[in-house]
Amino acid sequence: MADDDIDLDALPDDELVTQMHDDLYDGLKDEVTAGVDILLGRGWTPYRVLTEALVEGMRIVGVDFRDGILFVPEVLLSANAMKAGMAILKPLLAQTGAPKTGKMVIGTVKGDIHDIGKNLVAMMMEGAGFEVVDLGVNTDVDRYLAAIDEHQPDILGMSALLTTTMPYMKVVIEALKTKGIRDRIVVLVGGAPLNEEFSLSVGADAYCRDAAVAVETAKAFMARRSNQMAAG
Amino acid sequence: MLQDLLRTRDWLLADGATGTTLFAMGLTSGEAPELWNHAHPDRIRRLHQDFVSAGADIILTNSFGGTSRRLFLHNAQDRVIELNRLAAQHARAVADAADHPVVVAGSVGPTGDLFAPLGALTEAEAVDIFAEQIEGLKAGGADLIWIETMSAVEEMRAAATAAARCGMDYVVTASFDTAGRTMMGITPEAMADATTSFTQAPHGIGCNCGVGASDLLVSVLGITAAKPDAIVIAKANCGIPQVRGGSIDYSGTPELMADYARLACDSGARIIGGCCGTTSDHLLAMRRALETHRRGDRPDTETLIARLGALASPPPREGATRRATRRSGA
Repeated sequence: MADDDIDLDALPDDELVTQMHDDLYDGLKDEVTAGVDILLGRGWTPYRVLTEALVEGMRIVGVDFRDGILFVPEVLLSANAMKAGMAILKPLLAQTGAPKTGKMVIGTVKGDIHDIGKNLVAMMMEGAGFEVVDLGVNTDVDRYLAAIDEHQPDILGMSALLTTTMPYMKVVIEALKTKGIRDRIVVLVGGAPLNEEFSLSVGADAYCRDAAVAVETAKAFMARRSNQMAAG
Repeated sequence: MLQDLLRTRDWLLADGATGTTLFAMGLTSGEAPELWNHAHPDRIRRLHQDFVSAGADIILTNSFGGTSRRLFLHNAQDRVIELNRLAAQHARAVADAADHPVVVAGSVGPTGDLFAPLGALTEAEAVDIFAEQIEGLKAGGADLIWIETMSAVEEMRAAATAAARCGMDYVVTASFDTAGRTMMGITPEAMADATTSFTQAPHGIGCNCGVGASDLLVSVLGITAAKPDAIVIAKANCGIPQVRGGSIDYSGTPELMADYARLACDSGARIIGGCCGTTSDHLLAMRRALETHRRGDRPDTETLIARLGALASPPPREGATRRATRRSGA
């Protein structure tokens, strides 16, 4: 039974969070921002709202995207709803010094204007608590290097949708090697014509089939990195 | 011209890869292939000539990214008519000199933009953008328009409307690269259905590019099952891309592409070709395979996998559907 008449204010915390997961899944921006405001009003920390309501909600969306149940149009709506919620939380998170998952610089490579997948990755990564610097489309090696220099990211994401542009990833990775910074940064690549073998042959750390896999992979690399730091 | 050939022939051979073949001729990554229509006419004609010599009945112009939206990246947005006219002229010259009839199909690829309301591009704007490109292709002598690698119904419709506005016949193929659907979630059956509502009907529908020959033929089977009377097109990638040293190679052998061509025929495709990675050597093997092949029984997915390899992006498990949310209902 469809239930359009839900009074979010009347829901106890746990039910409200579940409802927010549903509303993210349905891509309902206004309902998600209302939920964020209510939880904040009830004294939740911004970080708890982010992780338990938004990140968890987007994780569920990511699972069904990965499994071929949701597609780009639905996930874009979800990501937009998440982004609206994030817009409320972002300044508060900065004030409260909440922990950061990691930082990513991302861009579609030179000669390629396709940014649908790249935008999804950027939004899903933000949804997972990463700070994302989006360089847009048609990114040449100089712009990648300058952004890495400026932002010191943990992760570099490159996207290409064309067979004529995907080899450019190798150009960028070779430039990282030449500068001696390849080992400091995790390179994730994605795009329709790519595959695991291709990503390894250009020297990337991993190929991410879709935005959900990108988030999982980025988290795994961050966990490995913090383990190494703890051990070292 | 396409229809004339289809009346007398059971299958037609479309050409192989444009972009990856141009790489082999020295195109560098990130460079716009369309600029070569002006800078390297000899190479573009060689590209077409090699496919025609291998037996192609249909060749696609070097204009996949020839809309102003894409050429903008290379600061060539003011050269849409010129570059598309040249693209068609090169193919036309090779076709007219061939020893067999060759159809010149004007390639039209996606804009790369999301359509409203998801994105900013309206369908009306897209029609204008495509019409500009199609006018150039028409001026250069294209026989028909070949709308390809599409993923959104709105974009297919916009390109089809533009072709009709320019008085050109067209075919349309989509890339079913995500769990048996396009990235926008369109199934082969839904794509085939959608085209029936376009103002001018396509002269062919089908699949190109995507993720693998097995996946592509599963999509072909979906279309031929839904529309048994349609002229169906199959244009699969030649295996998967691999980088060797500085160049890019595809894993598919001529033998594999020959078997793919036979299976495409058995799946009900009438127009069969290759996409990314398909060289003239592959095309020659496909031509020979088709010439000695008799259209057989429709293969099932298991047969396709056994002969062409596993699905790269398999459909979701049986019964997997959207979650029931409280607002959407169960």
